[in-house]
Amino acid sequence: MKFAIQINEGPYQHQAVDSAYQFAKAALDKGHEIFRVFFYHDGVNTATRLAVPPQDDRNLTKLWAELAEQHNLDMVVCVAAAQRRGVADEDEMKRNGKDANNIHPAFRISGLGQLIEAGIAADRVMVFGD
Amino acid sequence: MSEIKKFMYINRKAPYGTVYALESLEVVLIGAAFDQDVSLAFLDDGVFQLMKGQDTQGVGMKNFSPTYSALGDYDVTKLYVEQESLDERGLTLDDLLPLKYEDEDDDWAEKDSIKLVSREELAGLMEDQDVLLNF
Repeated sequence: MKFAIQINEGPYQHQAVDSAYQFAKAALDKGHEIFRVFFYHDGVNTATRLAVPPQDDRNLTKLWAELAEQHNLDMVVCVAAAQRRGVADEDEMKRNGKDANNIHPAFRISGLGQLIEAGIAADRVMVFGD
Repeated sequence: MSEIKKFMYINRKAPYGTVYALESLEVVLIGAAFDQDVSLAFLDDGVFQLMKGQDTQGVGMKNFSPTYSALGDYDVTKLYVEQESLDERGLTLDDLLPLKYEDEDDDWAEKDSIKLVSREELAGLMEDQDVLLNF
């Protein structure tokens, strides 16, 4: 089965990022395919490489990045949602005249069309959030 | 990508307390370019998104409700509103924006985009979809 995953809530604030991660991991372990993981709403905050959660807690950015590396996952952060919340890559930083960027290299910023495309390409879209 | 899938955007939350309604609308507008079979569902507090006469001056937020009137131009013409959700909130169809579209298959006749459906009918519509996106 080919899955697309959409994450609508922020890390640590809400379990959605954790549940989506556990789902993705379990699906991949069973031999399923993840076409794309799309981070939307506050979910885009998962992509910041500057988060420093306490050492005895999970690091969601790192967990997703490791999973992505193992399975070559396409992890997309919505550009419109990212702009509102100050999540930027090098291009966005320059384009918007900002002095820094914060995206983890395992993620990429792109448009909402990527979500629709994932919905068309995947057998199932899993939405994590309220 | 010639395959056409049935996409339904499910709107359950009031328009300004959280960002879901606005960012759902942004997906709908972008998604319209993909020529899929699109519908929107409004239920629970989501029915407040379609209220007419919205005035956000007091809360200092952008009033994005005029955008719903443009959906017809994007060929987004099926807005299902759950009757029970209206009833539970003391609302009627008259409280909602008079959203219209021009039906190209019917000599561009002007038609209502909002369709009132029962909870049971809406469940059936959801069952028919390929992709449900919840906001």
